[in-house]
Amino acid sequence: MSAFWSAWVTVLTLGVIFGCVWLLFATRKSQPHQEITEETVGHSFDGIEELDNPMPKWWFQMFVATVIFGLVYLLLYPGLGNFKGLLGWTSHGQWEEEMAYAEQHYAPVFQRFAQLSVEELKQPENAEGLRIGQRLFANNCSVCHGVGGVGAHGFPNLTNNDWLYGGNEDAIKHTLHNGRMGAMPAWADVLGEDGIRDMTHYVLALSNREHDADSAERAQPQFASLCAACHMPDGTGMYALGAPNLTNDIWLYGGSFEQIAHSLRHGRFGVMPAFSGLLSEDQIHLVTAYVMSLSTN
Amino acid sequence: MSIATEHPTYNYKVIRQFAIMTVVWGIVGMTVGVLIAAQLVWPALNFDTPWLTYGRLRPLHTNAVIFAFGGCALFATSYYVVQRTCQTRLISDGLAAFTFWGWQLVIVLAAITLPLGLTSAKEYAELEWPIDILITVVWVVYAIVFMGTVFKRKTTHIYVANWFYMAFILVIAVLHVVNSAAMPVSMFKSYSAYSGTIDAMVQWWYGHNAVGFFLTAGFLGMMYYFVPKQANRPVYSYRLSIVHFWALIATYMWAGGHHLHYSALPDWTQSVGMVMSLILLAPSWGGMINGMMTLSGAWHKLRTDPILRFLVVSLSFYGMSTFEGPMMSIKTVNALSHNTDWTVGHVHSGALGWVAMISIGAVYHMLPKLFGKAQMYSTGLINLHFWMATIGTVLYIVSMWVNGILQGLMWRAVNQDGTLTYSFVQAMDASHPGYLVRVIGGAIFLAGMLVMAYNVWQTVRGGSSVEAADAEPSAQTA
Repeated sequence: MSAFWSAWVTVLTLGVIFGCVWLLFATRKSQPHQEITEETVGHSFDGIEELDNPMPKWWFQMFVATVIFGLVYLLLYPGLGNFKGLLGWTSHGQWEEEMAYAEQHYAPVFQRFAQLSVEELKQPENAEGLRIGQRLFANNCSVCHGVGGVGAHGFPNLTNNDWLYGGNEDAIKHTLHNGRMGAMPAWADVLGEDGIRDMTHYVLALSNREHDADSAERAQPQFASLCAACHMPDGTGMYALGAPNLTNDIWLYGGSFEQIAHSLRHGRFGVMPAFSGLLSEDQIHLVTAYVMSLSTN
Repeated sequence: MSIATEHPTYNYKVIRQFAIMTVVWGIVGMTVGVLIAAQLVWPALNFDTPWLTYGRLRPLHTNAVIFAFGGCALFATSYYVVQRTCQTRLISDGLAAFTFWGWQLVIVLAAITLPLGLTSAKEYAELEWPIDILITVVWVVYAIVFMGTVFKRKTTHIYVANWFYMAFILVIAVLHVVNSAAMPVSMFKSYSAYSGTIDAMVQWWYGHNAVGFFLTAGFLGMMYYFVPKQANRPVYSYRLSIVHFWALIATYMWAGGHHLHYSALPDWTQSVGMVMSLILLAPSWGGMINGMMTLSGAWHKLRTDPILRFLVVSLSFYGMSTFEGPMMSIKTVNALSHNTDWTVGHVHSGALGWVAMISIGAVYHMLPKLFGKAQMYSTGLINLHFWMATIGTVLYIVSMWVNGILQGLMWRAVNQDGTLTYSFVQAMDASHPGYLVRVIGGAIFLAGMLVMAYNVWQTVRGGSSVEAADAEPSAQTA
């Protein structure tokens, strides 16, 4: 802040504190009685009188003690405008210290398992590594993917070996490091309401579900020209674009007629956040091993 | 008597109205509180109905108990105290009536809009801009009525209770106008005039001073009249009241920053908020001491007078929560307590123990005088209410202390690999018994209010009447 506002803050803060101190001492000085008295100050309000007792000593001392503590605190810590405080403490600095402490104490725990491959981590003798991966998953991933990784509406199930962007080690690490953005365009304007209905029947047909054959047939050319680019001509999807497989009856946004029609009409947009700034390389390795362990069993 | 022609009688009508509505809104607000407390134990109690969900009813509960119950108690007692200690009638019956009906309209509008989900999303200031404007108008009229009455007083000095009431009225006006400043985009939607961290700081400058001036200064005004009056003893120390009044209003203003510890608020603002909160301990306790010590020489009255018991126990809870507050404002303590149920317990030791108990005591004191009765219908029922209120409050705050510390410790526990030991839902699960105890405590407190309502009803409709001479100012003898 500018020198003016710094001075403003300092003067007002100290002004209030010293104003209270002045009032406290001036009142004590003018007290006519030092001990408990039955004398009043002479007012009467609706029969209520006020005694001229002194302020209790212990209360006076407590007041002074809190003021001294406050002034010492403002000397040591940032508080008076731009004055940094004698200790040089900042909340950002405290955060950095705690991060450094965490790095120093926890990094070796993860390093122990960094050299082991995902396959090795699945072995019983390395169960501790997988447990760490599970705890990291619980802290960072379970909010969306669920405690057991079974997902939720809009958040992929990680236990069924069906992958949007591929299920090998490299693909999962890429997902964790960089995040993913899955965009399904909205087709309401292009297909019209009849077209949406026909295409929904076509999509139902892809996974061999009950559908209207005539409707599905009408949508076939449009699937080939509009949808196949991402979902492939046979509807099995594409890892490169994160386009879901439409033939296996696994649905990210629900598989009912209405839910599929909604996806077609309005599109969908899914975001997996990037964790490279939040988790270390070694931590991501352990999370990858844990995630891969979820669907192989 | 001849004086009666020179001195008009006091305006008791508006006080009667506000006193009755204090009881009514107390029951309404606390019922909503018990319901949402029960929802935290049995989530199905929102019945899958949007306007019964916790998120909408919680602001309804806070607004109802603070501004409807607490507000009506402050209006009633301030009009009572200012007339009796200034020996003069309110300057305008019309304006006083306007504050009553205006304030009731605000409450009803709040009770309609909040369940509908219409909110400005500022805690304790959720009401949308048209209601904010109505509040401002009512409040300005209240200020005119109160201060105008003080101005034409027949006493030489202004009694200490009136200092506190005036500080409360003045500061709440400033807080409300500044914090509610917003840009309307439609009849029921507006956006705050401030953004980001500044919005947060303005909000908590308001929020903490709503506690400091609405729930503390106003009720200290109440305390300074009803404690000496009920105990029939002089106030302990005039000098103490001067020092603690000015120190209290000067330092409370600065304390709001402690709500934003370890946030994006600049470090210096957090430090100043914490230091001022600590210095606030002695000024806060000044009021407790002055009330408690007023009883010296009259302690025996506690054995027989449940109204005095309400007043004295409220001061104990006031002292306890004003010690707890500065302690929780210390950053290292706050790091544990913030966002836990400890905060909720702290607020309720003030809200139930201090604000509600002193209001209840004041209403029991005033009511027979307002309705020209010798005394309340049943002293036994007041005593029953006292024990229900005390037990309810203790159950509430102890369960929240346990939950709060439990949550704080579970949230910060880490494994040997630095991961969190507990998930959020595990801390919720561990809090479940505490939530149940809270519902029980709250329900007992609410049941006590129903006992009060019955007692009030019986007092108003029957009971022995006395001469209404009390409604006239006595000749000034000082």
